[in-house]
Order: sequence, then C-alpha cells, then structure tokens
Amino acid sequence: MISEATKNSIERSSEDKIIEIIDMNKWFGDFHVLVDINLTVYKGERIVICGPSGSGKSTLIRCINRLEEHQKGKIIVDGIELTGNLKNIEKIREEVGMVFQHFNLFPHLTILENLSLGPIWVRKVPKKEAEETAMYYLEKVHIAEQANKYPGQLSGGQQQRVAIARSLCMKPKVMLFDEPTSALDPEMVKEVLDVMINLAKEGMTMIVVSHEMGFAKSVAHRVLFMDFGQIVEENTPHEFFDNPQHDRTKLFLSQILH
Amino acid sequence: MDKLKNNIIQSDGLKAPVIRIGALQWIRSNLFNGVFNSILTIVTLLLLYKVVPPFIKWAFIDSFWFSTAKECSAGDGACWSIIPANIRFIIFGFYPHELHWRPLLAMIMMVGLILYCKNRDHWKKSLIYIWIAGLIIMGLLMKGGLFGLTSVDSDQWGGLPLTLMLSVFGMVAAYPLGIVLALGRRSKMPAVKTVCIIYIELIRGVPLISLLFMSAILFPLFFPQGVTINKIIRAQAAIIMFTAAYIAEVVRGGLQAITRGQYEAAESLGLNYAQKMRLVILPQALKIVIPPTVGILISAFKDTSLVVIIALYEILKTTRTALADPAWMGFSPEAYIFVALIYFVCCYTMSNYSRRLEKELHS
Repeated sequence: MISEATKNSIERSSEDKIIEIIDMNKWFGDFHVLVDINLTVYKGERIVICGPSGSGKSTLIRCINRLEEHQKGKIIVDGIELTGNLKNIEKIREEVGMVFQHFNLFPHLTILENLSLGPIWVRKVPKKEAEETAMYYLEKVHIAEQANKYPGQLSGGQQQRVAIARSLCMKPKVMLFDEPTSALDPEMVKEVLDVMINLAKEGMTMIVVSHEMGFAKSVAHRVLFMDFGQIVEENTPHEFFDNPQHDRTKLFLSQILH
Repeated sequence: MDKLKNNIIQSDGLKAPVIRIGALQWIRSNLFNGVFNSILTIVTLLLLYKVVPPFIKWAFIDSFWFSTAKECSAGDGACWSIIPANIRFIIFGFYPHELHWRPLLAMIMMVGLILYCKNRDHWKKSLIYIWIAGLIIMGLLMKGGLFGLTSVDSDQWGGLPLTLMLSVFGMVAAYPLGIVLALGRRSKMPAVKTVCIIYIELIRGVPLISLLFMSAILFPLFFPQGVTINKIIRAQAAIIMFTAAYIAEVVRGGLQAITRGQYEAAESLGLNYAQKMRLVILPQALKIVIPPTVGILISAFKDTSLVVIIALYEILKTTRTALADPAWMGFSPEAYIFVALIYFVCCYTMSNYSRRLEKELHS
C-alpha cells in the first residue's frame, strides 16, 4: 500500500510534464477510435486507465510510443513531439518502456539475452555491463535463477516479470502497461502486480491499462475511465470508486465489481 | 480425503502399459489384415522376387569392375569398368589432363570449407574472411596464370568442379539476395515493394532454361561489340537470380508467421529497422523455413545440370560425352547410376544437415 500523502506529493509544474497529449484523434479506416484526447502526465505520476473492451484504452497508450499513429492533434513525450520522424520515434521509444498483454518475449533468445538486447544495441552499453544490469533487474523481479533458460520454459507470470525487467533494463522514464495481467492464470496475477507495486514505490512514472481495481486503488494517482474513444471520467481512485460521477462509469463499475 | 491421497500415491506408481507383439502377430496385423491388403502384399512380394535378385546378379555378381570394353561386351553383367576408364573425363571434363590436380585440390578445399561451416561454433565474422581467402585460392587454382601456374581458359572447365561451383555459389549468393527481396516485398515503401514484386513474379514466371538462354544469347546483345562476359558467370548469374526469387517467397512465408507482438516488442525497445530484422525477426523466420529452403537449395543443385543447353560441360554432360565413345556404347545405365549416386550423396547430405540444424536450433 502506498499512503495518500506520498501519492499526492507529485509536483505539477510545467517542467515536470513527461507526456502531453493535446486534442488527439485517431481513426482506424472510418472508425473513430480516439476522440479529442487531452491528457497530461507528470513525472512520477501513476495513472490507471479502465473501460470496456473496444473503448480505445490500449490504442491510446500505444499511440504514446507510436506503435499506433495518430492522425490529428499533438503528442509530446519527454519534450519531443511524435511525428513521422523516425529518429525521434526511436529516441522516444528508448525512454518509454512497454509491457504487453502477451509478454512478447523473444523466444529464440535466453532470458538474459532478452534483457540485454536493447541496452547493447540501442543504448550501446558494453555487453558485460548490460548483463550485469540485466541480472540486477532479474533479481528485482525474483527470477535471477532462470537467466539462462528460454522464455518457453517459463510460466506466464514469470514471463511477464521478465518482460517488465526487459523494459526496465532500458532505464526508461515512463512505463506503459497494456493489460499486463489479463492473459495470466489467476494464481499468477499477484506476483506480477507485486512487481508493479514495487516499481510504483520507487517512483516510476506509469500508465497502466488494467481492470485490477485493487491495484488502481493502492497505487494510482488518477484513474481514467474511457468509453467510445473518449475519456469519460478522470478522478482520484478514492473518488472514482466511491463516488463515480458519470452514469457510464457507474454501470461499468457495477459490471466489473459484481 | 485419505482415500484420495492414497489414490494419488498409487497412480504415481502406475506406468503406461507396454504392448508387446510377436513377429507373426505383427505380420498378420500389418500385412494380412483383410483381403485387399493380403493381395497387395503377395503382389509386392512377387514383384520384389522378380526384380531384386536379377538386379543383384547384374550389378554385383556378373559385373565387371576393371576390364576393357571388349570383355564387357562378351559378358552379361554390369560394366562398371566404364567408370574407372573414363573417371577423369567424367569428373574434370576438358580440363588439361596433366593439370587435374588443380581442380581436385580446389574441390577438396571447397568441401573442406563446407564441412568446416557445418559446425555452428565456427559461425563467426572470421568465417567470411576464410571464405574470401578460400575463394581466391580456388579461383587461382582453376584459372592459373599466376605463380607459375599455367593459365587454363574457363571454356575448358567442366565436370564436377563446375557443378559444385555453380551450385555452391548459386546457393550462397541466392540466399541473402532472396532475404533482401522478401524484406523488400513486405516494405512500406511502394517503389521498393513494386520492384521486388515485379522481379519475383517475372523470374518465377519463366523456366530456368529460358533464363539460361537469355543469359547466353540475349545479354551479349546489350553489350557493346568486343565486350564479352564469361559464359560461366552469365550462367551463374541466371541460377542466382532464379533461386533467389524462390527463396524470397519462402522467406516471406516465414516472416508472415512471426506474430505482430514480436515486431512491436522489438520496436518498443527502440531497435531500428535493421536491428529489429537482424536480431529478432529473421532468426525466428529463417528457422521456421529451413525445410522448404533446403528443398529449394536441393532443387537448385540439381538444376545446375540444365546449363548443358548453353554448352557448359557440367558432370551430367561430361558423362554423356564419355558415353559417346563408340567403344563404351551401350553401357549408359552404369554411367548414369554413378552420376546419380554423386547427386544423391550431395542432396542427402544437405537434407540430413538441415534436419540436424533444425534440431540444434530448436529451443
């Protein structure tokens, strides 16, 4: 649990903006997936995004490291605006870690190689140093003894922890989580959430698409509810769960909390 | 609860039942289970009886191994003597007789290099330099003209060295070219994509023979008078272009089998296009397509025999030329069996190696 006091200690001055999304729109063909999105994320802030499936929450965070391209509006990450400029996109991706629903580890590489690949080739870190960093993060996610195995030999929960460690090895400024626990067997959800909570305690800036309401309550500064490509409601977790303002939020919460 | 526990312990001791059947039982259940299968079995046995003993008699018992053509004609058996008598022509073609050690040495070097490459521990950057040095020495051995080696015109090259050269260079060059074409065909850049599609579809749309004809007859028309490009190089280029188009389509299939998540994971780490492909996508895609790739390489190896139509004397043609000698007329089966064996050994080695490689890379 993270106390309310530390949660509210985020300084919101303009220099501390890490992500700024201004009037962003996106279409898939004729389908308007994201409508006039405005969102500012400050350093050290943790945001949980929830909403029904197809509401555009995954697409939103995938736009932040340009796995998806937006068609209107602005996205500024770490002071760099996302445009077609490949060099800028690569620079932003170096600073933004991403964890996927289906882990997406590289099956032909060992766990250690999975972790050191990015630092060696993108950050140009010497191999030995990259492997030391990799071992450090593997220990952090309690999986160091698996370093020389291949991803296929690990359980889902272990794979997801490796995936988190892989992103951390790049020493990112922001971490994006795209439904990190929804492909896991129920008994493995906790081990992954524990890793994420520890990360939060260390002050990592995180945007998490998730329906883990317990996680949202204990870790998030803000919870966003999305529906039909719009941010419908945005509030502190306390207010969001106990006193939802919007009818659609109420309906959604009643459906997921039973 | 206790009962349940006991059950679990008991089931730990259980093993899958072993089913043993005797030879008679096996014959009955596999060869004579029903009227139709029984008839098939009997007919097959009869055929084998009619074919196998006479063949063994012909090939091994009544056969001649080191005789003259005349002795052969008198006997009934196979005349393997045609092979030792003509072996140097079959293997080396019109290469000057007293210099045969040079192509022989070149071939041994090439086979040695290939065997050296089989071990994956040797797949390092230095291997490229070893190959380059090897190729220069092999070329020097074949061509001569330096260090006191007599110059041998490439018109005189032929036989097994030519076959090996055309196929090994063909494969080695076609493979990377095919990968580049496959990547190009999936490129987001319309110009690159169009060029690759046109190339692949055009080349796949014509038979290798017509490409060889074009390389022999059409290409020289485009060059100014007096400029000629070596016939072997032109045939080599045609083989490379042809094989690359097929490799490209196989590799494309492998690329499509890689999930989008792999691309996205590589991209989100900040890897650029070349790194993403080289480190993440291609190692997986190429592994998947090892079996069809080897299929293409094997057929490319055998297709080198088509260069005969532009008057290059590869091993099949040298064999036929040897058979044209009136003294040895009528012993073509023996000679063809010999050449078939050479082809088989090469192809079987390739296919064997590919299976081993698949197993080693399986993780």
